[in-house]
Amino acid sequence: MKSIVAMAAMLLASTSAFAAVHTVEAGPNAQERLQGALIEAQPGDTVEIGAGRFELTDGLSLDVDNVTVRGAGASESILDFTNQVGAGEGLMVTSDDVVLSNFAVENSRGDGIKSKEADRITYDGLRVEWTNGPDASNGAYGIYPVESTHVLVQNSQVIGASDAGIYVGQSQQIIVRHNIVRQNVAGIEIENSYFADVFENMVTENTGGVLVFDLPNLPQMGGHTVRVFRNMIENNNTANFAPEGNIVAGVPAGTGVMVMANRNVHVFENVIQDHGSSNVMLVSYTEAFDDENYEPTPRDVLVQNNVMGAAGHAPDFPGGAELAAGFGGEIPPIIWDGTGTGIVVNQDVHILSLGLTAPGQPLSEAQPTIASLSSDDTPEMPDAVVLPESMVAAAQ
Amino acid sequence: MIRALLAFLGWLAFVSASASTPFSAPVATDLITGDTLPRSLSEFHFFTDGIGQTPNDRVIGYNLNTPLFTDYAAKNRFVYLPEGQTARYTESGVLEFPVGSALIKSFGYPADFRDPDSPVRWIETRVLLRRESGWVALPYIWNEDGTDAVLARAGRRLPASWINAEGETQEISYRVPNQNQCKTCHARDGEIALIGPSARNLNDGQRLAQWVDWSILDRAPDDAPRVPRWDVESDGTLGERARAYLDVNCAHCHNASGSASNSGLFLTYEESNPVTRGILKRPVAAGRGSGGFDFDIEPGHPERSILLFRMQASDPGIAMPELGRELLHEEGIALIRRYIATMDNQG
Repeated sequence: MKSIVAMAAMLLASTSAFAAVHTVEAGPNAQERLQGALIEAQPGDTVEIGAGRFELTDGLSLDVDNVTVRGAGASESILDFTNQVGAGEGLMVTSDDVVLSNFAVENSRGDGIKSKEADRITYDGLRVEWTNGPDASNGAYGIYPVESTHVLVQNSQVIGASDAGIYVGQSQQIIVRHNIVRQNVAGIEIENSYFADVFENMVTENTGGVLVFDLPNLPQMGGHTVRVFRNMIENNNTANFAPEGNIVAGVPAGTGVMVMANRNVHVFENVIQDHGSSNVMLVSYTEAFDDENYEPTPRDVLVQNNVMGAAGHAPDFPGGAELAAGFGGEIPPIIWDGTGTGIVVNQDVHILSLGLTAPGQPLSEAQPTIASLSSDDTPEMPDAVVLPESMVAAAQ
Repeated sequence: MIRALLAFLGWLAFVSASASTPFSAPVATDLITGDTLPRSLSEFHFFTDGIGQTPNDRVIGYNLNTPLFTDYAAKNRFVYLPEGQTARYTESGVLEFPVGSALIKSFGYPADFRDPDSPVRWIETRVLLRRESGWVALPYIWNEDGTDAVLARAGRRLPASWINAEGETQEISYRVPNQNQCKTCHARDGEIALIGPSARNLNDGQRLAQWVDWSILDRAPDDAPRVPRWDVESDGTLGERARAYLDVNCAHCHNASGSASNSGLFLTYEESNPVTRGILKRPVAAGRGSGGFDFDIEPGHPERSILLFRMQASDPGIAMPELGRELLHEEGIALIRRYIATMDNQG
């Protein structure tokens, strides 16, 4: 019996001692060789993507726990999906404890990199790009973790997504930091998620910078506890190029931060400037819905200590131009639709309230006024999101 | 004398060679339950004649009332159960198969769809092996001469062509799925699960009782449920046939624990919530897949329903299902169009 235990221990030790590195170089038949390596990898292994351009025709996928996929750099190792004919995304991850680092995904037909039910996933030093710039025919999401616990997205760039550059959905315990997101419809979107820290990102040239949303009729709802802080959010004025029907298609061009139907959201110490519509919008979900478990209003939102630059000179919503004219050229940089509870804004700027009283009320019934939302009675600051030791180690 | 001896040795060699022909021994249950990934399909002995696919003992062919569409491919389906074992009947969901069982499914194209006797060129055979740890899915690709099929875990694209029912030559780059793609459709809570062999989809009025007679199913209640054949008008109402079609073609991902669980769009036959079934449900992460429309299904308006839009798309960023559908399923599209066109707001 003892010897079996000893043997098992040896076996375990040897497994980690011999964690293999599978190197795949660019060249002919890259699809099958790279996909083969992703299938044959054992837990603990690394799949190393060589420098060069990998011409791929189908989506890639990884379903082995505890595998690192590492390239030679976000400009060096390029997974090129320009000629993709199958599958909904470039790379799909469905296993836990995966690290993706230092490679690029270009021009995937659907989403760039998606991970689903992939706990403790790290996206690090990646580039996901649609190389023709903003275009409705680009894929929806660049970096797309969904239904996962413990998500880290850092040091990455996403350019050109026709929905959100970095989209975290129906997940919890999330850190999004030190990324550059530009020329997407939404720069960063945290949707139907709990406990997220979004900080020290450069968010520019998108339609909307940072969105914190909650939507009805989904398995995980009731988004809450999100901190958006110390980000550079500027000049997100790109015309909205999202296909109609998607929620982000309704985001006005020139939006810095938009909080919709969420609870306990803290927006602080950011630089938010140069937005045609508004630097910060706090609103309800406006569409009709049939879901008794869904709460459409914003609740317990704190906006304070942000550096606010110019905004409101080109409001991209019905009646916006008239409104701006009424305010002498530009509307106040913060817009609140008038719904929700516990909304606190401690900023030395004007706030435009639309004076709506219920979610879904048409804008034609708006009664715009200047509102004061300052208060000392602020929602309690959430604790910082802490990721498991294994992720911290893997990311270093 | 020597010549006679040589002849005898030759005969002996011939006999032993044929005795060791891969396809003549009983099914290798040990390979099904083992932990290896056999390189060749022949090692399992599911068939006695290779690509001819004559089933070995206890390998039984079957059809489904409403099957999954895969680019108009012809399919051969077989189930294997070890000696002395039966599958367990369940009223909803798929039958429960004991460890050592296997499901075997071949894909190919007849040369000419107008000719029912046209020979089928088989491309691949996929197997699902029931092991102690759960189901394992493996794709095998047939070699040129049809003597064997070889494991291709990373999948492959292969050219396929045929003459379709209208007499036109059809050519596609046929995608043999890789092992992970097998799981994309066969996933339930991250584990591999079966899709087709539910009592209601197997039940043609006779099959379940037959399987009991053949000792591969434990019981077959007289009132076992049954889904209609999607393409036989007399076999069910439009709604029943459309829902059977969506259940088989979409719900393997679009269910609460499948690959599309995050969409909140669940197309299982049992789903009762109209919004969850897509009726006046807005898209979540559809991207270009929305086609500029607001709802998955807008009753009375197939032309504005995202579900039908995606069935009619060929672009891989839009097309649904995501796998195994490069061609449009015209007959399926017609069915769903009629279904949505005549639907009221409660579906």
